[in-house]
Amino acid sequence: MPNVLKVEDFTIAYHKKPVIESVSFEVPEGKLIGIIGPNGAGKSTLIKGILELVPRISGKVTIQGKSYRAMRKSVGYVPQRESVDWDFPTNALDVVMMGRYGHLGWLKRPGKAEKQKALECLEKVGMAEYANRQISQLSGGQQQRIFLARALAQEADLYFMDEPFVGVDAATEKAIIQLLMELKKNGKTVLVVHHDLSTVKEYFDWTLLLNKEIIQVGRTEEVFTPEYLQKTYGGKLAILSDSQSGLLIN
Amino acid sequence: MNMLEILRDPNTQWILLGTLLLGLSSGVIGSFAYLRKQSLLGDTLAHAALPGICIVFMLTGVKSISFFLFGAAIAGMIAVFVINVVTKYSRIKQDTALGLVLSAFFGLGIVLLTQIQQSSYGNQSGLDKFLFGQTASMVMSDVYVMMAVSLILILACTLFFKEFKLLSFDPGFAKGIGLPVLLLDYIIMLLIVGAVVIGIQAVGVVLMAALLITPAVSARYWTERLSVMVVLSGIFGMLSGVVGTLLSAAVNNLPTGPLIVLSATVWFMFSLLFAPNRGVVAKLWRRVEAKRKYELIKKLEKQGAHHYE
Repeated sequence: MPNVLKVEDFTIAYHKKPVIESVSFEVPEGKLIGIIGPNGAGKSTLIKGILELVPRISGKVTIQGKSYRAMRKSVGYVPQRESVDWDFPTNALDVVMMGRYGHLGWLKRPGKAEKQKALECLEKVGMAEYANRQISQLSGGQQQRIFLARALAQEADLYFMDEPFVGVDAATEKAIIQLLMELKKNGKTVLVVHHDLSTVKEYFDWTLLLNKEIIQVGRTEEVFTPEYLQKTYGGKLAILSDSQSGLLIN
Repeated sequence: MNMLEILRDPNTQWILLGTLLLGLSSGVIGSFAYLRKQSLLGDTLAHAALPGICIVFMLTGVKSISFFLFGAAIAGMIAVFVINVVTKYSRIKQDTALGLVLSAFFGLGIVLLTQIQQSSYGNQSGLDKFLFGQTASMVMSDVYVMMAVSLILILACTLFFKEFKLLSFDPGFAKGIGLPVLLLDYIIMLLIVGAVVIGIQAVGVVLMAALLITPAVSARYWTERLSVMVVLSGIFGMLSGVVGTLLSAAVNNLPTGPLIVLSATVWFMFSLLFAPNRGVVAKLWRRVEAKRKYELIKKLEKQGAHHYE
């Protein structure tokens, strides 16, 4: 199976102290990949680094054998919901259309085709009826779906999602994961920064355990083991191994 | 003097056109500054323009808006560079850095200004008017420059509307899809500098920030669409310019710049109170309505309960 994403010797530092250090990994095409690690492990930083949103000290990213810049149009991104001010004068449809801007290019305005595409994407996340809703009037889960729809509108092959399940209710989480499964079925690769250890086995084919460096990366059943998790979370997992070990081991 | 006489005066006509253009352009670019939470940046750029203008005047000895534009742009870029360096390499937050740079540049500007006043350039330079502005000193060629700057500014905001919108809403995503965010940042900054420079003569560096911020904040109250907001903000700015200029022409010895700013502020207060949906009165009304409905339902439920007892 070809490896869609290859990251080599990635190091990122804010204020001198490295957040992630010499991270290298490859992921195969058509998988759902969970990026797991404790707070401050550099999960968000890793995907922001890959997308060149934060400067890196060293490292190389290859997507389907080409540089990230060459492949930019085939990469989709769902930032953290809190990263923007939702009291912005615009509606849901308009935000989703922003996913088409990269394909549109300069001086071109989004037209009928873009609107149609955006509506389809809203439909896919179950938000079609909210198309004309002012975005500040949407609930947290609905805002998250809008961001997801915007990423769908990018029509990418490789997706990066920064904590898409944070602050959403169970129904929304289920809807989102179903969508991700569908993306996978269509041959897309999705990397998701994820917090909830109890759902990792259910959601992800592959798991990337990260704590400033790569602890393990590979098939979830091989990587998501108590031993590696202990290594990822250090001493902090003591509580977890007592209450949730059954979940982790079975 | 009645209004008709005032409007017939060719000098007033020029000034009117100038302040109208100024209000329009600062309203339009101010919308983006406001939504990007860069209101204070506009203020800083306005104050930073003063030393830039003074230095250009000292070097050339000519009082020309086009030269001043150049000086203000350079000073503005240095100011932004200093702000970036300070926030990047120290623990100082952006608002503090803006405050530091604003006052430092303004201080330098005042020193240079005093120097100019006392030197051989003499008072005829009229640069002291740049603190609070004086529309009477505007001449036809100034208005031509204002026209050119407004045109460029509005053209840029129209052509790059979708890029500016994305940059204002979600700069991270903008960068992710490959927009040259840094370049666009600088373009917006230069447009703000452009508005500031054409405003300095009429409104002055001290009050210029108000023309960038106030019409935009007012416009936000009336709409939930960015395109409408930008247009409204331009119109509100334009109207403030016109009303302020006419008031100052009608009432002798009242300064135009401050009157323009006050007109914008009065409209802001009206918007704050009476705008539909977002206005204070509309919000209070909704709350009263909600309470009334809730109490009515409670009362009916109670009656219903009694009925069954």
